[in-house]
Amino acid sequence: MTTLTPTIRTGRAGIVTGTGLLAKRTTVTFLRRPELVVLSLVQMSAIMLTFRFIFGGAIGTAHGLPYVDFSVPGFITAGVLFQTLGTAIGIAEDMEQGFIDRLRSMPFSTAAMLTGRVVADTGILAIVLAVTTAVGFAVGFRLQASVLGGLEAFGLCLVFGLAFSWLFIAVGLLAGNVKAAQGVSMIVFIVTFASSAYVPTQTMPGWLRAFAENQPVTAMANAVRSLTLGSHSQAFLGHGPGYFVIRSLFWAGGILVAFSVISVAKFRRAAG
Amino acid sequence: MTLTIEARGLTKRFGKKTALDGLSLEVESGQVVAVLGPNGAGKTTFVRSVSTLIRPEEGELKVCGYDVRREAESVRRVIGLAGQYAAVDQALSGRENLVLVARLFGQSAKQAKANAEAVLELFGLVEAADRLVRTYSGGMRRKLDLGASLVSQPRLLILDEPTTGLDPRSRLDLWDAIEALVERGTDVLLTTQYLDEADRLARNIVIIDQGRTVASGTPAELKRRIGGKILEVHVRDRAHIPLVAQALTREGVAAPEIDEATRRISVGADDGAAQWLIDGLTAVRDSGAVLADIAVREPSLDEVFLALTGQKTSSAESVGTATLETA
Ligand SMILES: Nc1ncnc2c1ncn2[C@@H]1O[C@H](COP(=O)(O)OP(=O)(O)OP(=O)(O)O)[C@@H](O)[C@H]1O
Ligand SMILES: [Mg+2]
Repeated sequence: MTTLTPTIRTGRAGIVTGTGLLAKRTTVTFLRRPELVVLSLVQMSAIMLTFRFIFGGAIGTAHGLPYVDFSVPGFITAGVLFQTLGTAIGIAEDMEQGFIDRLRSMPFSTAAMLTGRVVADTGILAIVLAVTTAVGFAVGFRLQASVLGGLEAFGLCLVFGLAFSWLFIAVGLLAGNVKAAQGVSMIVFIVTFASSAYVPTQTMPGWLRAFAENQPVTAMANAVRSLTLGSHSQAFLGHGPGYFVIRSLFWAGGILVAFSVISVAKFRRAAG
Repeated sequence: MTLTIEARGLTKRFGKKTALDGLSLEVESGQVVAVLGPNGAGKTTFVRSVSTLIRPEEGELKVCGYDVRREAESVRRVIGLAGQYAAVDQALSGRENLVLVARLFGQSAKQAKANAEAVLELFGLVEAADRLVRTYSGGMRRKLDLGASLVSQPRLLILDEPTTGLDPRSRLDLWDAIEALVERGTDVLLTTQYLDEADRLARNIVIIDQGRTVASGTPAELKRRIGGKILEVHVRDRAHIPLVAQALTREGVAAPEIDEATRRISVGADDGAAQWLIDGLTAVRDSGAVLADIAVREPSLDEVFLALTGQKTSSAESVGTATLETA
């Protein structure tokens, strides 16, 4: 019988190695669950097709823009939330199954557990967004601004994803079990519907409009929109790309800082 | 001799519920200790405190000389935890799980691979090593989980109900695996609801209930305190219960316990009572009661509690059948 090599008991992986190992584990785990992969890829595309072909006609155009050009940037932004929602479920699963307990009982960098997941989930998000974008083009979406603007919009979505990953890590840690974490998807639906992601806020009743115009998803959707639509969007969004990009980055930064602090604190604190 | 675990007056509350209520216990190094208790006794809460996962509000707790609150990092370097639910990743293979944990402990890829291999061999998982864990049986999963807590060569291995929910065969398997570890000199803290498990694996048993230590000692010491075996008579007809109970009543000894629902009458029959046993059984025969079954059996966890504390366990129903092997 081989014996365990001695002299290794006091080790621990550093934050970089730890992040790498756990990012790899999260990615492999995701890829080996076809149902999750399919769900991720199909979810946003399905919603997009529904809006484009079922409601699209009814909604018509806004300010001389075809609805498809208005809405695809919104879908992609909303897609960021739906995809990163998976982070909450993944973390809750790890808690439920004791994986997090095992890590916490090890001499292991607290942050790496979380950064590993964020890195992996942002990578997965990039792929899912690329597919969603491709579907967007397939259903008729066209960039009205420069290609650079489009790339900036894509990058911006990844930044939002990074921020929302931290938000959903906190949600997963606080929920503690998969059922509770899944319950949060309802909130994601509400927050994305009550934003400019799918329809212009001008069409909403006053109270809803007040909420919609002051929440992060609207700022983000408008930022993506103004980068892809260029000058066309200025007229009906009221401001140019710079305004929305900065606004959305403030939101993303705030979310990232607040929820990474909450997550690390919650994770580090002896639970219960 | 250094103490592996030193707990004094540990108290942990969850809201109004007091999970640990001034628990004290000491474990010397070079020992296997079993914390034995019914559901809700506080076993997991204790284990989680020792593993630095929760912080007791009061009391002192040292693991291998390190304070769990002030020196949590040092504690984590010397322990290996296999929690109550197997914490292995279902979407990874057995080998990948072990390598991952080893690498998180800072081992090189090569070291981690070698250690994973050694653990797989130790637990007879070599053949299943490259299958995804989601295809494993419950017993295999438990073994892998145990293995994952071993790849770092811990000084103290902490196992929370390692065999609960396993079939008898996997249970024996796991016991063998744990015994093999003990032989190699790993200290083990394990919790269990089963007397026979504690008896088989542990040199010391600590019985807890409602967050407090009820009794502790070697299996032999505890057995001496409990007394010997139990004579149990099972009658066919409820009306015959009093007949049997009367036949088994004897001067200076606790009256027979009667369980109306299952129509069983039981009475302590310690080792010195062989002659009385024959008389008692004769009296039962002469009582005219129709018997369904008759047995001399080991005391259950419940009866041990009763003997040691004069009280029923806090969840008497759930642990009816655990038995203690006599030495
Ligand atoms: N996180 C928690 N929140 C609230 N109550 C808790 C929590 N953890 C444990 N308890 C309570 O503390 C008591 C002790 O629980 P513990 O899990 O330590 O028992 P146990 O001996 O491990 O039981 P079992 O054999 O069922 O695993 C129980 O009454 C339980 O309900
Ligand atoms: Mg428990």
